[in-house]
Amino acid sequence: MAATIGGAVGLAGPEPQARLRDRLAGNGIAVTVARLVRTRKGASGLAVLLALILVATFAPLLARYDPNENHLEAQLAPPSATYWFGTDELGRDIFSRVLFGSRPSLITGLLAVTLAASVGLLTGIVAGYARGWSDILGMRVWDALLAFPAIFLAIGIVSILGPGWINGTLAIAIVNIPVFARLVRAVTLSVVQRDFVMAARATGCSDGHIMRVHVFPNCLAPVIVQMAIAAPDAILVEAALSFLGLGSQPPNPSWGNMLSAAQGYLYRSSTYALFPGLAITLVVLGMNYFADGLQDAIDPRRLSGGRGGAAR
Amino acid sequence: MQRFLLQRLVLLAPTLLLASLLIFAIIELAPGDPAQMMLGPDATPREVATERVRLGLDRPVPVRYLIWLEDVAHLNLGVSLVYDRPVTALVLEAFPNTLRLAVSALVLSVAIGFPLGILAALRQNQPVDFALTTVSSLGLAIPSFWLGILLILLFSVRLKWLPPSGVGSPDQGFGNSITYLVMPVCTIAVSNLAVFSRFVRSSMIDVLAADFTRTARAKGLAERVVVTRHALRNALIPVVTIVGIQFGRLLGGALITEAVFAYPGIGRLVVTSILNRDYPVVQAALMLIVLIFLAANLAVDLSYRYFDPRVSPGGAA
Repeated sequence: MAATIGGAVGLAGPEPQARLRDRLAGNGIAVTVARLVRTRKGASGLAVLLALILVATFAPLLARYDPNENHLEAQLAPPSATYWFGTDELGRDIFSRVLFGSRPSLITGLLAVTLAASVGLLTGIVAGYARGWSDILGMRVWDALLAFPAIFLAIGIVSILGPGWINGTLAIAIVNIPVFARLVRAVTLSVVQRDFVMAARATGCSDGHIMRVHVFPNCLAPVIVQMAIAAPDAILVEAALSFLGLGSQPPNPSWGNMLSAAQGYLYRSSTYALFPGLAITLVVLGMNYFADGLQDAIDPRRLSGGRGGAAR
Repeated sequence: MQRFLLQRLVLLAPTLLLASLLIFAIIELAPGDPAQMMLGPDATPREVATERVRLGLDRPVPVRYLIWLEDVAHLNLGVSLVYDRPVTALVLEAFPNTLRLAVSALVLSVAIGFPLGILAALRQNQPVDFALTTVSSLGLAIPSFWLGILLILLFSVRLKWLPPSGVGSPDQGFGNSITYLVMPVCTIAVSNLAVFSRFVRSSMIDVLAADFTRTARAKGLAERVVVTRHALRNALIPVVTIVGIQFGRLLGGALITEAVFAYPGIGRLVVTSILNRDYPVVQAALMLIVLIFLAANLAVDLSYRYFDPRVSPGGAA
């Protein structure tokens, strides 16, 4: 579908070009969403994603207390009608903190993956289109980054930048760049062999124009799928960094640093550690389902083939 | 095979070199002056300057990189800024613990993940398959640090069956030291066995639908023979490579799990060293991890070539 868009756009005049692209793109999104919600996994994944966005956006309205307000008379209280999820060691309402804790998770998930996708798109297209030294050098650098297990590389980067939520997000983005760059390079290598790119070259289009107008749109579908796959992993790594004290810093709530604090009170409160972990699990599970559903929606052939997760 | 191995080793060299450059950059770019950190806040500027010369910090960066590379090759990794002990000794103390943890978790995840994957494939689209697929999805979504905490809550706090943290002392006997391993190993194994069962299921479904399986059935072979002799053997070829690739994930899992269970391995050493800004230890530990990770990938390439001789030297990457 995307190839047709690129091809058609390349050969039509400027006015019909834009209209055709908008119409096809609009239809493409509608068809993909319709296919997505038709599967159980896709629908439940989309519901979790929308719920996460709503909770993160309206946390101040949904929360029963200020997430950093101490209630010293109710330290480590069990769940009750007053404190739905109980309280922590300073008497802060865990329910409110779980709601506010969705913000760093969501923002890291979206921001880190978008950053990684942007850099990956840029470097991948240039490497795949120009080939030569820029390709060899770029890919060697990404290979070197891929030589580290993701969490080790992330904490190595955080050790340079210093602990904190923004630095953690940046580290997660850097960790994810190689996968996007390699994916985009592979798509670019295939696209530049297609007839519409040859035609664009024959009509005298510049390299920049071909990369921007013909190659870029064709890379978008696989990049979006990869973003959906990478986002839950980014959320897990952010939670892990916060758990280790290298991501979001207290007193601001994040699910990772809440679990880290809860670990010190396991003998005094058995419910403190339950809810932040449950929130991470639900969100990651939902986003994994969303990614699975999105892949099926974009490439329906997967539905009839093996769906055991070989691609994941 | 030897030529293939040589080619892979040559291809690994630039990756290893770039990885070493990145690790070296960690010390160079990290905030704080190592000389000042070693001498403490009371040191005079003159003392700091002398220490900088002694540590070679006054030399140009490329020269320092080459010296560091030579030191790494000779396993001379410097002295820990916090423990005041040779880094090599610290890393060699922690590494066997991590290896024990990672290998035990790998064995457990293969022992459980493979049969579950085969069962799910044989019962495709039946309730057993849906149940196993759902459980494996859950296994992938549960953060290992939360699972570790839940296990401590159940087996240490409630039931008091297992110790919540540490590694025990050697004079307490083998049986006792096993009790310290049970929860960390299970924590790491859960997400890995979920990955393995998914891959085995997917691979088995493909192979069970292949022509040679149909032919085996058409010959009148018993279903057990078709599954074990024909399908399983072929299905395991791609899966074996996943086991190697997952080793890196296991090391990552070990890092978090060691922090949860206060287990004295490489992961905990890296985290505490980063928090203490003990950069020589961070560098050494990261270098060791990269080496293991690349060795595991090399083993994957070789196993792929062994199981499928059609793989060309350039095509296995």
